[in-house]
Order: sequence, then C-alpha cells, then structure tokens
Amino acid sequence: MNLTRDGIAWRIARDLNEGSYVNLGVGIPVLVSNYLQSNQEIFLHSENGILGVGPKPNKENIDLDLISAGKGFCTLSLGASLFDQQISFTMMRGGHLTHAILGALEVAENGDFANWKVPGEAVPGVGGAMDLAIGSPNIYVAMTHVSNKGKPKIVHRCTAPLTAKACVKRIYSDIAVIDLTPRGLILKEFMPDYDPVKIQSMTEASLIISPDCREMVIPKTATNGVKLYLS
Amino acid sequence: MINKQIETCDLAVAQVFDGASIMLGGFGNAGMPGQLIDALRRKAVKNLTIISNGAGTGPFALGALFSEGLAKKLIASYPAPTAAGFRDQFLKGEVELELVPQGSLVERIRCGGNGLGGFYTPTGAGTELAHGKETRMINGREHVLEMALRADFVFLKAHLGDRFGNLAYRGTMRNFNMVMASAGETVVAEVDQIVPAGSIEPDNVHTPGIFVDYLVEIERLPNLLEVPKEGV
Repeated sequence: MNLTRDGIAWRIARDLNEGSYVNLGVGIPVLVSNYLQSNQEIFLHSENGILGVGPKPNKENIDLDLISAGKGFCTLSLGASLFDQQISFTMMRGGHLTHAILGALEVAENGDFANWKVPGEAVPGVGGAMDLAIGSPNIYVAMTHVSNKGKPKIVHRCTAPLTAKACVKRIYSDIAVIDLTPRGLILKEFMPDYDPVKIQSMTEASLIISPDCREMVIPKTATNGVKLYLS
Repeated sequence: MINKQIETCDLAVAQVFDGASIMLGGFGNAGMPGQLIDALRRKAVKNLTIISNGAGTGPFALGALFSEGLAKKLIASYPAPTAAGFRDQFLKGEVELELVPQGSLVERIRCGGNGLGGFYTPTGAGTELAHGKETRMINGREHVLEMALRADFVFLKAHLGDRFGNLAYRGTMRNFNMVMASAGETVVAEVDQIVPAGSIEPDNVHTPGIFVDYLVEIERLPNLLEVPKEGV
C-alpha cells in the first residue's frame, strides 16, 4: 500500500503539536493544512506576510488584498498577524518558525536537498525555499519515495541543483518515515505490504533500522472522505 | 504647505528615463502598483532594470513590460512559470535574469535603504546562486556576501496615504513595499485613497512620509478586511 499525496500530508499533520509555527511549501506540504487536528492551535506562516493563514474563503468573503504565498485568496485564523517581507524573513531565516515542510526532487544522506530547479522548467525561480531551508530547525521533506521512472530520490549525493546543505531532519514518503541523524538515515515507519528490506531496495542511501521501527497505522480515508492510501 | 499628491499616474512616471532601474512592490497582485506599471508601459521607456519579487502572472501589467520589450534585466526571486511575458523574452535572450533568494532580495533592498554595503547570509551557501560571490565562515557556518541594492525609482502600492506621504497598508499589501520605500532616489506610491492629514493615526502609519516623494490616488472599489471570529 502506498500513501496518497493526502495520506502523506495526513501523516505529517499527526506530528505537529500545539504551538507549532509552520511554513508549508507548495505541492504535498500545503495539503497538511487540511489535516491539522482541530483541537490544536497551530499557526501557519505564509512568506508574503501572514502568521495564521486560515482556510480558503468562500466567494462572498474574498478580500482582494489578502492572498497567501500560492497567490490564491485566503482567510486569517484566530490570533493571526500581518507584516512585511522583512519581518516575514526574520521569522524564516532567524530560526523562529518551528517547522518548514517542503517538497523535494532529491534528498541526500547528509541532509542536502534539491527542490528549486525543476528539470525542463524554462525559467528558474527560487522564492523563499533557500531561506526557509537554512533557517528552520525542523526541515521536513514530503515526497514520493522514488521518481516517476522508479529512480530512488533518497540518494548518496544530490545530482539536481541544491537548495541547501545538511538541513533535512525527516522525510515523509509515500511508503516510509525516515529521520536524518548524525548516525545516518533511520527508518522509523513503513507502509503495510512493505518491509525494511523492500524499503532499502528502493533507497540509494543506506538505512539503519530503528529498534522501534514499525508498520504505519493509518485510516483508509480521512474525515473529509479523501483516500489516504491506495492498495 | 507640504503636498506630495500628484494628479495622474502618467505624471508620476514622467521623470523615468531610458535605462532606469525601477523597484516594484507587490507579491502576486496584492500591493502591486498596477496603475503606475500601466503608465510606465504607456510611456514606453526602454532598457529598464526591474527589481521585483516576480515577473507578473500573465501578459498584462508587469508581464507587459517584458512582452513589450521595455526591460533589459530582471532582478527577482520567483519569475513564476505563468509569467509568460517574461518567459518568452527570457528564452529569446532579450532579457537577463538575476535570480536572488527572496530573503536575500529583501535584505539587499533593506541594506540599500539603510546606508549599508551588504551582508553575509547562510542562504544560498553551497548552491549555484552563490557562484561568483565572496564567502566567509562565521561561527563555523558558510555565509555568502550579498550586496546592497538601490534603484532610480521605486513604485509602491498602499491602501491609504496623506499629503505628507504617510502610508498605511491592509491585508498582505505590505510585502516588499515597506522595505523598498527606503531604497530609491525617487519614490512614488499609488494609493486606494488619499485621506486628510491626520486621518491616519500615527500608531497606524506603516511607511512614514519621509520615504515617499509623490503619491497618486487611483480608483478602486472598497473591500474591507474581515478577520474570522473565534469558533467560526
């Protein structure tokens, strides 16, 4: 069984505690906002100047001056604040956010990762990815374990242009949760139908199997009815 | 009596010359001085260096400065894949791109407006965006030297302004506007509304008028900010 994109987001949301200040990157990470536990107060940061991003507005509630980093209209959550780019990047680069969750093309065993320059994209754009990567104490990567062509994305050394060196702390893939530590990559969880040997065979970097490594427990669908894994 | 108001956007851009460098506030359409950009396009000045977070979201407004060949260079962090006007000119080799991480772009502008020469940042260290830049180890971590950035003209967008040039923003309009206000030789703000002197509470002035040379009122529909109440 493989987690869907929503399934990866759901699993990440389980690890975010009350009081977290979190930046969600584009792609799978932004889906995490749909699966935060409703009894927990967690602030979502948007690099253009919001701490406390709320859900998308319905038509009547659209405010033309209120957009999130993805350029779509948004609302504000209770306790939100608005500010300029200087304060926003003070939060990002200065280590004030507790987590940044980012997509990636590749993650290397030393914590390097690549996510900003997509092969085949005509014009390169980096945005705030490099600032987040060097500033946040917990860089979590959300991505599929292998590429569309079946190539491992967790590698010895990145081949795609780097976003930042030695900063990724944890990888949430569609089949595993892996911690990056000074000892090496620690396999913490794997999806049912997989086992540590199978996960290693799909991973270029070497994995250490955690003593408490376990099969992931996940519901088939989330409360919003979206499928969390495909069997 | 001080009065920084001018009547039209066309007058506001009258001093812009061929080869000028121009900073444009805005992130997406919020805080983007769209009507000043349109005036710039009508004036058809050439060889501009544009400093902006992005390159617009289509072939209009900011995108049109590129599609109509008015810019020779863009200094930006994220020319989006949807920025068709820029992309087409870039692929033809008609416009140069200096890509800067977003936080470093902000800080370069801040330095420019603060009389500083530059700064060291760990952002970008060991990546291709640090190529050719001086590096230095600080507290055991590699840092990259980024240089200050200023412009001949800065175009801002705010919600409210007064005749002194004091500005107030709303929603996510502040973005680059507040930092850019300090970093230009000539600074022009387009505002939704010019209000009588004293109407913006001193506590609520986001950009003090000292930074602003001219402001122009544009027509825009009111759209009030709604903060969700607890439990909603």
